[in-house]
Amino acid sequence: MAARLLQGSDAVAQAAIAAGCRFFSGYPMLPFTDLLESMARRMAAAGGVCMNAETEIEAVNMTLGAAAAGARSATGSCGQGIALMQEAIAEAALNEVPFVVFNMARGQQDYFQATRGGGWGDYRTICLAPKDVVEAVEHTQLLFHLADQYRSPVMMYGDYLISHTYMSVEVDPIDFGPLPPKDWALDGSRGGTGRSRQIWTWAMGKANDPGPGPDLHWQRIAEKFDGVARLEQRWESKWCDDAETVIVSFGTAAPFVEQVVGELRDDGVRVGTFRPISLWPFPEKPLAEACASASRVLVFEVNAGQMIDDVRLAVAGRAPVTPLGRVSIDFSGMRQGEILTVPWIRDRVRQVIREVTV
Amino acid sequence: MNDSQSLLPPNRKVATALAPLQLSGEHHLCPGCGHPVAWRLLLEAISELHLENKAIGVVGHGCYTNIVQLADIDFLQCLHGRAPAVATGVKRVHPDAAVFTLQGDGDVASEGLAEILHTAARGERITAIMLNNGVFGDTGGQMTAASVVGQRTKTSLDGREPEAHGYPVPVADLIASLPGAAYVARGAVHNAGSIAKTKRYVKKAFEIAAQGDGFTFVEVLTMCPTGWFLPTADGPDYLEGTFEKTFPLGVLKGG
Ligand SMILES: Cc1ncc(C[n+]2csc(CCOP(=O)(O)OP(=O)(O)O)c2C)c(N)n1
Ligand code: SF4
Ligand SMILES: [Mg+2]
Repeated sequence: MAARLLQGSDAVAQAAIAAGCRFFSGYPMLPFTDLLESMARRMAAAGGVCMNAETEIEAVNMTLGAAAAGARSATGSCGQGIALMQEAIAEAALNEVPFVVFNMARGQQDYFQATRGGGWGDYRTICLAPKDVVEAVEHTQLLFHLADQYRSPVMMYGDYLISHTYMSVEVDPIDFGPLPPKDWALDGSRGGTGRSRQIWTWAMGKANDPGPGPDLHWQRIAEKFDGVARLEQRWESKWCDDAETVIVSFGTAAPFVEQVVGELRDDGVRVGTFRPISLWPFPEKPLAEACASASRVLVFEVNAGQMIDDVRLAVAGRAPVTPLGRVSIDFSGMRQGEILTVPWIRDRVRQVIREVTV
Repeated sequence: MNDSQSLLPPNRKVATALAPLQLSGEHHLCPGCGHPVAWRLLLEAISELHLENKAIGVVGHGCYTNIVQLADIDFLQCLHGRAPAVATGVKRVHPDAAVFTLQGDGDVASEGLAEILHTAARGERITAIMLNNGVFGDTGGQMTAASVVGQRTKTSLDGREPEAHGYPVPVADLIASLPGAAYVARGAVHNAGSIAKTKRYVKKAFEIAAQGDGFTFVEVLTMCPTGWFLPTADGPDYLEGTFEKTFPLGVLKGG
């Protein structure tokens, strides 16, 4: 298929459907709303179901049910709506029901929410943060694959710029390789055969086929996430080999930083840039390696300082880590405010380099 | 068969103790609990309607959750209160399956009132069953939104008082008022007659849901002597004398 000019939300919706998503449920909240509307327009033609749920709690639980029944399923929201979904996201991680959560966040202030979650138990959520619509289309399809591969809910960290920017994209299905069969999914067909199925966070099993119980089950899931943490780190770095300064940023803020870093390099400043693509698992070792020659690490995020915790853990005291950003939201409450511009970032970087050097 | 055997009376077939589809008779519910009676009539209904290979149970959090282990049916155990939303997702993916929910009064009337009402209003073609014992049995006997006026619980020590605690929520009546609900009935399990009737309600509900007429709901009043702080044997009388007054039995809608 040729590239077409699409609004981000619509591109993500089409990519989800191309990935085989056949159940979507959501509750309006900007800037997520456009994705819900696109799904509502497109799902029926694809033979799927899109539900305008009555609450975010219902949206995510419907999605859990559809996914448990074997369908590729997704939901989404932002901020407060994602907060309402955390109970079920944790539950799905612990009863191993895979689905995708499109978090079209209002800016970058939900990094903790996305990477730490607010649910219960020893669980993690794979979280990919695309830098633009083209990458969001790829991540959408990859996320469905990762969800099924690890039987776990996964998240995209998008935002207003992902949701509303128009870009020229292709949304053809991407083949990420074979997946295990969904022989755990419920369809009711095995009732009365002695082999009926069960999805239960406590993994107690059936009287004729006892399960491991919560202790062993949750320990196994924790170990599964240890594996995910090793295997699924994604990142991008540029100009870090000789960099005295490395600037870390994520999501749609990263292209602004990259522009600034390119300009500074033209001016002879030895600066590099690092972007975690997977916010969880955070690419800890790759970041440490990218910062090997750096005497300072700067973190640009449009919030009061959240990802910086992960950066500090990765850098482990080998260089000072300094925040560049701050809370910056426009009056609508949805878009990043005044600091997300190339001049602002450039001035701030120059200022901090001077300060940190002195 | 030899002659001496033919002189013996024919072997009488005695009903086995296990309900159809029941894998084990062992459970951790209290003596005198009404839930196992409700399990049995539910499993009998599913078996008599030949739904065992298309039934998917979506279960809430309470003492009745144990059925997930005991019955040979596909089950999905849910967060407290959310089963109707989860069942919606299951049913939309498998429209031909006999999707049912099993929840308690705490699960439905307290934690999950929004879910049950919205699911009913949407007319999801599922069968929702609420086992109403008017108490959080599983957490040890606190007041739910369905505890009746005067009921003593650990959080209404002198009995539920309207001034302090408000009134019980008549979930079945609320659901019956919604156009999406095709069938609503309230049964009980405190004596043989009500058990037989309740089983008919459950079968009717499955049939109507299968016809695609809309949401079906059966409330089942069950004994909880432990959470009612009564001697085991007094459960049925308390149910009849106290619960039935607030929650009258019968078909409220459809059928
Ligand atoms: C979100 C949440 N809150 C509270 C609980 C604790 N909890 C477990 S079972 C239960 C009571 C269930 O009462 P009911 O649905 O009436 O079932 P019963 O045990 O009486 O049959 C509660 C409150 C929980 N599991 N999840
Ligand atoms: S506490 Fe009540 S509902 Fe729970 S098992 Fe005991 S009698 Fe049954
Ligand atoms: Mg109860």
